[in-house]
Amino acid sequence: MVRLLALMAFLIMGAVASFAIHAAGVPKPMVKVEGSGQCIAATEEMRINHMNMLGHQRDRSLRQGIRGEKASLIGCVDCHASKSTGSVLGKDGFCESCHAFAAVKVDCWQCHQPKANFKAAGNAGATGAAGAVGAKP
Amino acid sequence: MTEPNDKSRRGFLGAAAVGAAGLGVAAIAPGLHLIEVSQASAPGKGASSKVRWGMLIDTTKCASDCNACVNACNSENGINEVLKDPRQGSQWIRKIDLKDSKSGITHSLPMMCQHCEHPPCVDVCPTHASMKRADGIVLVDRHTCIGCRYCMLACPYKARSFVHMTLTEQNPEVPRGQGCVESCTFCVHRVDKGQIPACVEACANAEHNAMLFGDLNDPNSAIAQRIAEVKTTQVRADLKLNVGVRYQGI
Repeated sequence: MVRLLALMAFLIMGAVASFAIHAAGVPKPMVKVEGSGQCIAATEEMRINHMNMLGHQRDRSLRQGIRGEKASLIGCVDCHASKSTGSVLGKDGFCESCHAFAAVKVDCWQCHQPKANFKAAGNAGATGAAGAVGAKP
Repeated sequence: MTEPNDKSRRGFLGAAAVGAAGLGVAAIAPGLHLIEVSQASAPGKGASSKVRWGMLIDTTKCASDCNACVNACNSENGINEVLKDPRQGSQWIRKIDLKDSKSGITHSLPMMCQHCEHPPCVDVCPTHASMKRADGIVLVDRHTCIGCRYCMLACPYKARSFVHMTLTEQNPEVPRGQGCVESCTFCVHRVDKGQIPACVEACANAEHNAMLFGDLNDPNSAIAQRIAEVKTTQVRADLKLNVGVRYQGI
């Protein structure tokens, strides 16, 4: 009987400890909001709907040429890029910190520029055919 | 596709300029400020089918040793990647030297996306990524481009390029990345702000003035008037694509 009680006590303690660890969970992302002023919508709405806002805006912007809409990826970057890295990516970056936590891959930055006020260097360093005079081979 | 049905974009800009000059104030109408006009033309309206953007290139003024348009394009659109195989480099615009073998006469000209009215690249695209805007600008929607390169084969002008490597140096207004096809956009991000393409501006800055950009549908535009006056050529006119880029002197 004593043995059974001891075993049960052990199991209960284990379960409590495991629950405590589970409740703490993976640490929540530290989403730094460094921009001043208001976002285009309330935080709760932005969290739920930002992808839809951007997805619909991108189609109107690209296919219909409707510019200057409220939602824009450049707008996101301008406000939310980290003051230290200048980017929305990186471990503490506005986009990546939350997307890494939620395990949602974000493809935007394969083409779009994640740094605020970025200016490409032009073709000064390019050795490709891009800058060369002559027909395409 | 929504179309503006009142004033054309050009008319809107003209009215805005007159209003601003005449009144000397920043607000030209209730809720409409001059700063918005200069940043984004006709906000919320989008491209109109009343406009057909086009370009006229005077090959007699184009110098064979000048590469200003190509450099301006690369700089404006952030085309600066260094590739192991230079043949894979993106070319939104390239300079071509032509020589007539009998007479020996040479021409130099820039070649880029000709922004066809009936673009073969749009016809063949399996995902509808290759598309033509209402104002005649032919674009690639990279959101749906799968990089099959069918459009590159279909284009008679070799105007399209495929991005082979991961890019990180894009200009914010010109997103581009690996695995997609791309080509000249007529600097659509500038045109929508009421500016002219970077190549045309660079050509004027280099004092060649060989390139003219404007609305082919507007009889008062400089380009429409020039086309009405002088003989201009569409490259591969036999294909009946009704291109937006015309050449003079070839």
